[in-house]
Amino acid sequence: MELTLWTYEGPPHIGAMRIATSMKKLHYVLHAPQGDTYADLLFTMIERRGSRPPVTYTTFQARDLGGDTAELVKGHIKEAVDRFNPEALLVGESCTAELIQDQPGSLAKGMGFDIPIVSLELPAYSKKENWGGSETFYQIVRTLLKDHSKELKQTWQEEKRRPRVNLLGPTLLGFRCRDDVLEIQKLLGQYGIDVNVVAPLGASPADILRIPNADVNVCLYPEIAESTCIWLERNLNIPFTTTVPLGVGATQDFLKELHKVLEMEIPQSVNESNNSKLTWYSNSVDSNYLTGKRVFIFGDGTHALAAARIANEELGFKVVGLGTYSREMARKVRPAAKALGLEALITNDYLEVEDAIKETSPELVLGTQMERHSAKRLGIPCAVISTPMHVQDVPARYSPQMGWEGANVIFDDWVHPLMMGLEEHLIGMFKHDFEFVDGHQSHLGHLGGKGNQNTNKEAIKTNLQDSVITDGDPIWTHEGEKELSKIPFFVRGKVRRNTENYARQAGCREINEETLYDAKAHYKA
Amino acid sequence: MSGATLLKESGPKEVFCGLTSIVWLHRRMPDAFFLVVGSRTCAHLIQSAAGVMIFAEPRFGTAILEERDLAGLADAHDELNRVVKNLLARRPEIKTLFLVGSCPSEVIKIDLSRVAENLNIELKGQVTVLNYSGSGIETTFTQGEDGALKALIPLMPKSDQKKLLLVGTLANAVEDRLISIFNRLGIDNVESFPPRQSTELPSIGPETKVLLTQPYLTDTARELKNKGAEIIEAPFPLGVTGSTLWIQAAANSFGIDKSIIDSILNPLISRAKKALEPHVEKLSGKKLFLLPESQLEIPLARFLSNECGMEIVEIGTPYLNRDLMKAEIDLLPPDCRIVEGQHVEKQLDRVRDSSPDLVVCGMGLANPLEAEGISTKWSIEMVFSPIHGIDQASDLAELFSRPLRRHDILNPTKTLTSN
Repeated sequence: MELTLWTYEGPPHIGAMRIATSMKKLHYVLHAPQGDTYADLLFTMIERRGSRPPVTYTTFQARDLGGDTAELVKGHIKEAVDRFNPEALLVGESCTAELIQDQPGSLAKGMGFDIPIVSLELPAYSKKENWGGSETFYQIVRTLLKDHSKELKQTWQEEKRRPRVNLLGPTLLGFRCRDDVLEIQKLLGQYGIDVNVVAPLGASPADILRIPNADVNVCLYPEIAESTCIWLERNLNIPFTTTVPLGVGATQDFLKELHKVLEMEIPQSVNESNNSKLTWYSNSVDSNYLTGKRVFIFGDGTHALAAARIANEELGFKVVGLGTYSREMARKVRPAAKALGLEALITNDYLEVEDAIKETSPELVLGTQMERHSAKRLGIPCAVISTPMHVQDVPARYSPQMGWEGANVIFDDWVHPLMMGLEEHLIGMFKHDFEFVDGHQSHLGHLGGKGNQNTNKEAIKTNLQDSVITDGDPIWTHEGEKELSKIPFFVRGKVRRNTENYARQAGCREINEETLYDAKAHYKA
Repeated sequence: MSGATLLKESGPKEVFCGLTSIVWLHRRMPDAFFLVVGSRTCAHLIQSAAGVMIFAEPRFGTAILEERDLAGLADAHDELNRVVKNLLARRPEIKTLFLVGSCPSEVIKIDLSRVAENLNIELKGQVTVLNYSGSGIETTFTQGEDGALKALIPLMPKSDQKKLLLVGTLANAVEDRLISIFNRLGIDNVESFPPRQSTELPSIGPETKVLLTQPYLTDTARELKNKGAEIIEAPFPLGVTGSTLWIQAAANSFGIDKSIIDSILNPLISRAKKALEPHVEKLSGKKLFLLPESQLEIPLARFLSNECGMEIVEIGTPYLNRDLMKAEIDLLPPDCRIVEGQHVEKQLDRVRDSSPDLVVCGMGLANPLEAEGISTKWSIEMVFSPIHGIDQASDLAELFSRPLRRHDILNPTKTLTSN
């Protein structure tokens, strides 16, 4: 039994719903009690879609349990097929239905429909959303393509046509997937590569049957598509790319990898620095102040890995924490963290993540909506880089993360919560001006304002998880507090923590003016 | 009874389960904590249902059942014990802990009442542990509150004092207002249930007169009756008429003189009617379809039809308690169609066929209907907004006139289109 107040991933049938709702002409009969229909609002409210997910819930009730729930399931399946006339049917169960063991998949298969039926077994008590999405996509592709022959196809060169690839993995409720697909299509078009099928997002079962017409699969979101790509490579000889084009370097690497797999010559333009503004912006003088900013990264595997690379190589940040809630991706995240001299944080407990943030006192957090809340409590700027989805993460504007434009968007999204060079400089110069007395700070000042510092501290104190303030902690003297208040608000939190750490190490019971300078010297040394 | 047609429908439903009521109960009783004993789905549900509206510092959480918990029930009890103790160690300020049953915990028959009993013995009054079910196989949406209140009743102290007890969660401001009106009428001893602190439970006895503020408190009403309390029969305090009749019913049962009642309520009534006018102008003659969700559908339809002039196409309700609803149904226009239960697809077919101007529905259905050109109002807003009482009638009407005004502003030439 696991106690949780907040969860990064839903149950595996939510993953299945993401696949079903991403696709067209597919219907999903979900054996589930009434309350499970909440899932619809993830799509219609968070993603603001104008249509309901193609899901029929059996909504069984307690009084049905004594009777024949199997008949109830069959009734709903028949009604769904009659009403929606899908090209293929998904049949599965939610956590409660799993316990009553009706096996709706086999029931559906025995009903004599002439459409493909994909039976889903998604263990709700051991697996989670991304796993469920990945398994569902894999089962759909496998069911629809299992009789496809493995015959040696002709290459694009032999057929004298442009090379064709599939984009696999984008789904609804995936982080900016909709825009990423457009960006990657545009990018590939520039290099003379056509997109054959995008799946699951926007694909019908008929489109799935066209997957084998491509020369290469592009695995855009390994969480969802990796197992399918592996199967397609083993069974249909379609190779796949493993680089996810998030960030300038990764986009270059992705294009190189794809050209190599397609046996195309890599165009010179791939390496040009003006493909994305990120490169110049982070070389521009303002970004001097970004150098060495300490950043903490947590999210799904794909976005966390990409963020670490971009932060480290393209923005000159110092990554002080890296982790993921996707256990399936731990194998990739661990060595990436190690390469940065860190130990990866693999957990689905947000309290552990919050503790790790506190411990490392970063200047920027790149995380999920939950880290945004934690960072706010701690007074640290934060940008959201990963699911779980919040209505804020579905912007009306075009806002991809992948490709050249994605790198531009990432630069803006990450850097805006921070203080930039000129602004930081001016605040430093004018900090003694009366406009800058506490309470009149800029909109960026999480720690701004007289009250806020206290409120933040109060928040930390009253926070249930918090155990920082214990009896043995050093106490700030009046002089100490006074000196601390002279420090610009945007570093005050860090100085406070550093000084307290120093005082604890040095065995000081009180922190006065001198302790503050001792700590400063200690950390600079 | 009036000529309302009462129908039943069964099939796939689209209604929140009782767990969702935690989202308002935890704000009502800040010293309580709601621990769902359920699956990852339950955790995701309350997170999603609450998260799209507000992010509160949660006073609710989930003990997520895992594979090994299913293997042996004895272990599940031990595990739950461990989780609760962990939680209480971290949140020592909790005074009442609700163990909330869910679909999986009901199906595998985790005996939450036994766990609660054992914990109460062990914790020796440091915290009170209670249990109720919010499972989707047993309850819908607002029934969760019914369950939570019912669980509190055995703890209510006995009293022989004559008093008025308002039952059902109200917005604090509304509650204060209603209490002050009762005071003005001469009813001084007014208490509410649930209280604002879970530990300050009102007392109850044969001299307690209960006025229900919410229509979904079937079990709670029955249990209060078993404790000797008298349930005052009345329509619910929505709209001018409903609220007036509701206040009058209480005043009558306290033997307050009619002239006093009139002198206090009449000015409120005429002011409220005036405030209603602009909304009536917008709503009058418009077609309304209510999908089942909160059990507030019948009183809402009564208000919107009788006082705002709307034409009712259908009133869906997840559950119909004919006793508690009698006074409401009597006030409905004749030939009103009330459908208990749901077949969501067939009901949506009827929505489309009748092309209503406004649909009251759950969160999952609102945007798809908006995309079809049908204005909507979320049912869940009615359990969060201060809508009860005479003074609130125009605010209540505004909740429904606003979507129509928006529709007119955004689509000045278009009436209804489907896409």
